[in-house]
Amino acid sequence: MTRSSAGRLAAVAAAAAIPLLVLGIFFLLPVGGMISRGFVPHGRLDAGGAVAVLGRPEIRRAIWFTVWSSLAGTSLSLLLGLPAAHVLHRLDFWGRTWLRALLVVPFVLPTVVVGVAFELLIGESGPLGGLGLDGTPAAIVAGLVFFNASVVIRVVGGAWESLDPRPAEAAAALGASPLRVFRDVTFPALRPAVVSAATVVFLFCATAFGIVLTLGGLRYSSVETQIYLLTNTLLDLQAAAALSILQLLVVIGLLVGAARARRTPDGSVARTQVRLRRPSAADLPALLGTGVLLVLVVAPLTGLVVGSLRVDGAWSVANYRALQTPGSHQALLVPVTTALVNSLRIAVDATWMSLLLGLSVATVVTRRSRGRGERRLRSVLDGLFMLPLGVSAVTLGFGFLITLGRPPLDLRDSPLLIPVAQALVALPLVVRVLVPVLQGVDDRLRQAAATLGASPFRAMLVVDLPVIWKPLLAAAGFAFACSLGEFGATSFLVRDDRPTLPVVIFRLLSHPGDLNYGMALAGAVVLGVSTALVMLVVERLRVPSVGTF
Amino acid sequence: MTTPPALQVSSLSVSYDGVPAVAEVSLDVADGQVLAVLGPSGCGKSTLLRAIAGLEQASGSVSWHGGDVSRTPTHKRGFALMFQDGQLFPQLTVAGNVGYPLRIRRAPGRAVRVAELLDLVGLSDLAERYPATLSGGERQRVALARALAASPRLLLLDEPLSALDAGLRERLAEDLRRILLAAGTTAVMVTHDHDEAFTVADALAVMREGRIVQTGAIGEVWRAPVDADTALFLGYARVLAGAAAERVLAAAGLPAAAEVALRRSALAVSDRGQIAGAVLSVRATPEQVRLVCRTEFGDVDAVASLDHRPAPGDPVHLRVDASRLAPLGTRSVEGRASADRP
Amino acid sequence: MSSRFLRALALSTAAAGLAACSVVGAGAKPQAATDVVLVTHDSFVLPKPLIRQFEDQSGYHLVVRASGDGGTLTNKLVLSQGNPIGDVAFGVDNTFATRALDADVFAPYDVALPPGASRYVLPGDDHRLTPVDNGNVCVNVDTTWFAAHDLAAPRSLGDLVKPAYKGLLAVPGATTSSTGLAFLLGTIGRYGNDWPAYWQELLANDALVTDGWSQAYETDFTQGGGHGDRPIVVSYDSSPADTVPKGSSTSSTRALLDTCFRQVEYAGVLTGAANVKGAQAFVDFLLSPDVQKALPESMYVFPVRSGTPLPPTWAKFAVQPRHPFSVSPARISQDRDAWLRQWSDLVSR
Repeated sequence: MTRSSAGRLAAVAAAAAIPLLVLGIFFLLPVGGMISRGFVPHGRLDAGGAVAVLGRPEIRRAIWFTVWSSLAGTSLSLLLGLPAAHVLHRLDFWGRTWLRALLVVPFVLPTVVVGVAFELLIGESGPLGGLGLDGTPAAIVAGLVFFNASVVIRVVGGAWESLDPRPAEAAAALGASPLRVFRDVTFPALRPAVVSAATVVFLFCATAFGIVLTLGGLRYSSVETQIYLLTNTLLDLQAAAALSILQLLVVIGLLVGAARARRTPDGSVARTQVRLRRPSAADLPALLGTGVLLVLVVAPLTGLVVGSLRVDGAWSVANYRALQTPGSHQALLVPVTTALVNSLRIAVDATWMSLLLGLSVATVVTRRSRGRGERRLRSVLDGLFMLPLGVSAVTLGFGFLITLGRPPLDLRDSPLLIPVAQALVALPLVVRVLVPVLQGVDDRLRQAAATLGASPFRAMLVVDLPVIWKPLLAAAGFAFACSLGEFGATSFLVRDDRPTLPVVIFRLLSHPGDLNYGMALAGAVVLGVSTALVMLVVERLRVPSVGTF
Repeated sequence: MTTPPALQVSSLSVSYDGVPAVAEVSLDVADGQVLAVLGPSGCGKSTLLRAIAGLEQASGSVSWHGGDVSRTPTHKRGFALMFQDGQLFPQLTVAGNVGYPLRIRRAPGRAVRVAELLDLVGLSDLAERYPATLSGGERQRVALARALAASPRLLLLDEPLSALDAGLRERLAEDLRRILLAAGTTAVMVTHDHDEAFTVADALAVMREGRIVQTGAIGEVWRAPVDADTALFLGYARVLAGAAAERVLAAAGLPAAAEVALRRSALAVSDRGQIAGAVLSVRATPEQVRLVCRTEFGDVDAVASLDHRPAPGDPVHLRVDASRLAPLGTRSVEGRASADRP
Repeated sequence: MSSRFLRALALSTAAAGLAACSVVGAGAKPQAATDVVLVTHDSFVLPKPLIRQFEDQSGYHLVVRASGDGGTLTNKLVLSQGNPIGDVAFGVDNTFATRALDADVFAPYDVALPPGASRYVLPGDDHRLTPVDNGNVCVNVDTTWFAAHDLAAPRSLGDLVKPAYKGLLAVPGATTSSTGLAFLLGTIGRYGNDWPAYWQELLANDALVTDGWSQAYETDFTQGGGHGDRPIVVSYDSSPADTVPKGSSTSSTRALLDTCFRQVEYAGVLTGAANVKGAQAFVDFLLSPDVQKALPESMYVFPVRSGTPLPPTWAKFAVQPRHPFSVSPARISQDRDAWLRQWSDLVSR
């Protein structure tokens, strides 16, 4: 049976229809709406004016700062994350799973909380205040690494965990030193994962907003903070649109470059179940790197926990008990515990949505292509769903407001908007977890099932499901944790009587009173612990490989 | 006092999660000798090899010419390991793979040496090909050349031929023997195929459930397996015990033993045979006729020449060939046996 | 039963349990005719009994949509002009009001102003924005700190650039916080076109610019929840009422009344509102004596209705400045964005 190539292209598009529709309505339309408002200021297209914005000195400074701070953040995240990925995914020692769960916590903490945690540590009155880091670029980069090292650990660690150790052993047996083995054998095999991790980390660094503002004390402005300033404070949509376009172009360029760079000469890197081994003397440098990262992660978190347990200079759990109240001076409409429940419920929705969308996207992207056009279409689709990583929450938030306010898309008050927005944020992660796994499924297995009379759906149940259900659960954990910690888009959409935990933490911090402050810290600890628990459950599933970006 | 053996393994043990995979193994290999470690799959022989290479965390010791290398990391031991499936680097050409150990050592005259090695393994014209384009046999040859390029003090071969099909395996085994002899390399090869072991090795160590059960010169082990399981693993067709063993040994003019292992051709139909029996079944092969006969002490295998073809039920006399049977349990199990080159 | 089956069973049970948690079932209800939708910033709080009282008396049901700060609120209203996200808005202040008025976000409503409120009306406005509360952004000092360090506390904006106070001030950013913007406008009211020079000196004197008010006050201020180490902070005239230690009769902080800028928060009926009558009723409600009385405790602001009794700690410690600095709405409207750009440039240089 043959089908025309046009027919096949249509089939690919049809399979991607639902995810595309969601992406179109909840991402492309709002962002497009904001950008077109900027480019068509008074009913007339003024692209030149928008482009001229990029020449402003403060914008040029912001671009330069974004580039170098993101490069520094990415390099350091890799430098500390790679040894940790090795230690946590190749070595066997007590407490490994706990440590893995702990190191993921920063990734989902809202930036407000991270800001507070770092301030407690490096602020002028903190234990490290003497270093004078507060408000310096070093503090910003440290914050970026705090956030993103976990991405490196998970992405590279997942690939490392199932990497066949024998090529490395073969090289060692031929006389290659450990460093040489890493350079010649291990790194080339890990390159797709490393490139993916670096890409995503760079995107996260370049779009970091809260970290730059909180830890940089407004002295450093990045493209993202400029977009916020231009949109939220100055309402200069033209300039904001120009910067958003620039951001999107960079993101697209980065994704294309990454797709190229992670292509290996031999695509089939052997995946096996590897027996973990006990640490030996040769692991000392890696252990050292992990130790440094651990200090960087644990110190601010400890500060947070200690802060939450101090009331009037004495140890107390009063802040935690107060979580059942709406805070002092009616800081909140609902108790923090209710917000936690809201967060969990929204996270459930965001999770199934992102899984559903992610699974469709991953399936479409990984099916074998016939012909160039089809392959290109699939890779464009792959990249399209990564775009939400590169757009400001403020652009998206205002975009919802102006584009989803009229029938038939009168959705801006829908309670579904928050989980959908969060699902879109988590979607790239989910897709990246699933794509490598589905790519590993031999198409001939599906064909074999078909020759035995299985319908495509049945073939999927028989062939794909057994392979994918564990990674799917891992992706679910990721999406859930992402949703729990999402603040940017949520703070725009959330209703006051149904807030999420990060939003509540933010509100508590912006209301005066010792109790509110203490409760905010306690709430942040609860959020971190909830996230760590989700991640622990995912760890328990022992997913062999958690994807590449 | 003789000089210490080249490789000396003493009380080596490896265990996974408390389950021993290799238990208290001791082995000696002399300079230039090829030792085959023969055992069924899962007996721990590959683990033993990896432990010798320094790839497993093990207790006990590994020495080279008397110097303990147990704490020496793999890449400094000078032991090259050739994997079952070659483990060629996919991103390097054949020449690149073979030259890799030379590049690490920054050895001069690399191209010449690579050409020599490729010539040795008969792949001179494939130098610029990538591993993905090679056949299984070619890949193993490249892997061998690469391992030899490291000029290893000791070459470790992990089932080097088992991934290949039967005919190729036989040819390559002979090549392997030739190449190892030509290179004069001391080697330890792990295999589950006794034919392969016989073709390639000088000495044999039989391994079962993590332990070495017998070692010795290859002919010696073959002639005198230590027990029934070993005999069967070495290719003996049947092991007889008690009265049956007594009768067969007596007929062969050998001293009595508790058990005797018989090769398929140990009993042959002959009018002058001392053992009487009746034919149960007959199967013809191109070279001889294979029979199963019932005797007063039980069923046995026997052969007959093609021109003499009994039918089931026929009475026959069987002659015992003393060179094709092995009395069991006559030599001690333990003991560090090493064999010199024949 | 195999463990695999058991695991599948456990998983599906968990999935069913999770599905029960979903918010999908709780779909959006279309706005009912009796709903009044209030759009406001996330600091909006009123006691629940008061809200119930409004609903009982007016027969309307109040739906609150709150998010972001005053600036975000204003921009949301501007962007959704003509297709508003509610009926009535509260929380646009005098620093951003002109942007909303210029964009025709509010519809006229000639409300009966309570006594004393008329002086807070935005000059030039034609009955679109109704003043509801006011408060002053003032420099606050930790009096206990200055006593302990045997140093005289600063008194004016000019004092803040003196070497004696180097590294002691924390100030929220003007571009990221409405408090910060008000303080910037205060310095513009004081120094006119020379304000950039003043700010340069301020920054040279190691003033700490933070993201928001909470960070400046709660993390960096010596009397905040995080017990920072800066004894001077930009906050409100009412802040000292919240720093009275238990059992003490004095506050540990004081607002410097010669450093203030007045913020007035307005309410207004939105252009194109679905429920205009309800919106008007809510504006009336905000001006009622009960709400005016609840403002200090709820939102840390002063009422606009004169004669409204203040809470005891406020009466004692929350002193309002007589002559805060001011900048005309026309000037704010004209120069605000340029000032913010310039300020941002100064700070990030």
